[in-house]
Amino acid sequence: MTDGYHPSEQQRQRTAYRRRRAVRSVLLAAVSTAVLGTLLVVAVTGSPGWERVRASFFDPRIARESLPAVLDGLWLNIRLLVVCAALALAVGLVVAVLRTLRGPVFFPVRALATSYTYMFRGVPLIIVIYLFAFGIPGLRLTGTPGVLVLGGAALVVTYGAYLAEVFRAGIESVHPSQLAAARSLGLSYRQTMRHVVLPQAVRRVAPPLLNDTVALQKDVGLVSLAGPIDAVRAAQIATAENFNYTPYVVAAVLFVLLALPLIAVTDWVTLRAARRQNAGT
Amino acid sequence: MLLAVDRVRKVFGTAVVLDDLTLDVDEHQVVALIGASGSGKSTLLRCVNLLTEIDDGTIRLDGEDITDPRVDPDRVRRRIGMVFQSFNLFPHMTVLDNITLAPVKVHRRAAAEARNQAREWLDRVGLADKADAYPDRLSGGQQQRVAIVRALVNNPRLLLLDEVTSALDPELVGEVLTMVRDLKTEGMTMVLATHEMGFARQVADRVVFLDGGRVLESGPPEQVLGDPVEPRTRQFLARIIEAGRL
Repeated sequence: MTDGYHPSEQQRQRTAYRRRRAVRSVLLAAVSTAVLGTLLVVAVTGSPGWERVRASFFDPRIARESLPAVLDGLWLNIRLLVVCAALALAVGLVVAVLRTLRGPVFFPVRALATSYTYMFRGVPLIIVIYLFAFGIPGLRLTGTPGVLVLGGAALVVTYGAYLAEVFRAGIESVHPSQLAAARSLGLSYRQTMRHVVLPQAVRRVAPPLLNDTVALQKDVGLVSLAGPIDAVRAAQIATAENFNYTPYVVAAVLFVLLALPLIAVTDWVTLRAARRQNAGT
Repeated sequence: MLLAVDRVRKVFGTAVVLDDLTLDVDEHQVVALIGASGSGKSTLLRCVNLLTEIDDGTIRLDGEDITDPRVDPDRVRRRIGMVFQSFNLFPHMTVLDNITLAPVKVHRRAAAEARNQAREWLDRVGLADKADAYPDRLSGGQQQRVAIVRALVNNPRLLLLDEVTSALDPELVGEVLTMVRDLKTEGMTMVLATHEMGFARQVADRVVFLDGGRVLESGPPEQVLGDPVEPRTRQFLARIIEAGRL
């Protein structure tokens, strides 16, 4: 291809024009970003209450002092996130598969799975956490786990319901012709699900699944309502000590930093999925 | 008789798709189903493979009534291979995994043995270098040949081919038809729905013209395609010739 090929005058002009355009758009983007940034900074710092807000939300000394405690709390969030995400994904997958079962024998299972997803997508997470963390110990059963586990269970149950719907959407998106092909080979319904439908379904819904995991990442902070000292609770304690809200900002920044890698992975997976879909056609 | 379709009826809503349809297929026989879209060709094949439930009549395979509700459809399908118009390869599996899935999971064959057999088949149909490729890297004709191999490795008694060349570019039709022709030489019993009249003439022992869910005319290809008795058949063939497909 390359040997002996010289771009025509027309093509060289086109290339040069495109390059000039590219340079211009980069410059334009830089200028507009700078303008907008300056405007924002001026608007915020020029506001009448800025000095007081800065003192009570952005105090560097308090930020430094509260950081170790908040970080300590964040370690709990991370562990809770990993365990809850894994369990919620498992619950979601199982419930989604249960909802697809056919036949009269499975009616109660199906009904239960369906009402579960309806109910826990409707109830606010905070209420579920309260009910689990304060209601279940109220039963005074022996062997009742601690509030941390109960709070985690509330997260798993709530997110499991959302993830179940995502998985179900994936299962339903697999074309019926794939099922026909699998069944025509003699595969049973279970084998078809296991080897043909679910692998395709999970690949397809990987981006929304990961996105829900990002949402779970921050909602893990809500278990602080039940009492365990996570990053949010640690920030609250530090806030109460100084009557200064900076520890909350510290916690917020840490949560964002925690989410960044997960968000990056989600974007990457989404991009890859989109590319694969385009390649298919 | 290998396959006996006896007075089968299939209704979708108010549309009668198969109307009292009777058709026998002997072992080693190749039967071509022709007819306009909606005449019931595909539905008949799906009913034989129990992918669609019939509303009346019986279908027998090797003398066994497979439409008896007590029959396990999975067991019946193990004896029947089916190839679809749109190939329906599993996109998340390599060619080799597509082919070995049923031998390993359904027929409980050893994985290594199944892979060897699959490679032999791929070699035979000239796709040995595609074993580890994913279906989206293959042309339509290659995908359809893989789909045929995927059905054949299970040693079916009967092979159903549902318009296997209809989704292919014209220049890719030949490679698939050659493969089907080879299967006939080997004595495979086949029922194929097709719009390729030239191919039906070459490969079929019997051509069956379906119209409105009934067998309107049936006989040797020269007779049905060359000198049809029924005016409807003549009309259909005239339209096909007009479209340049004969």
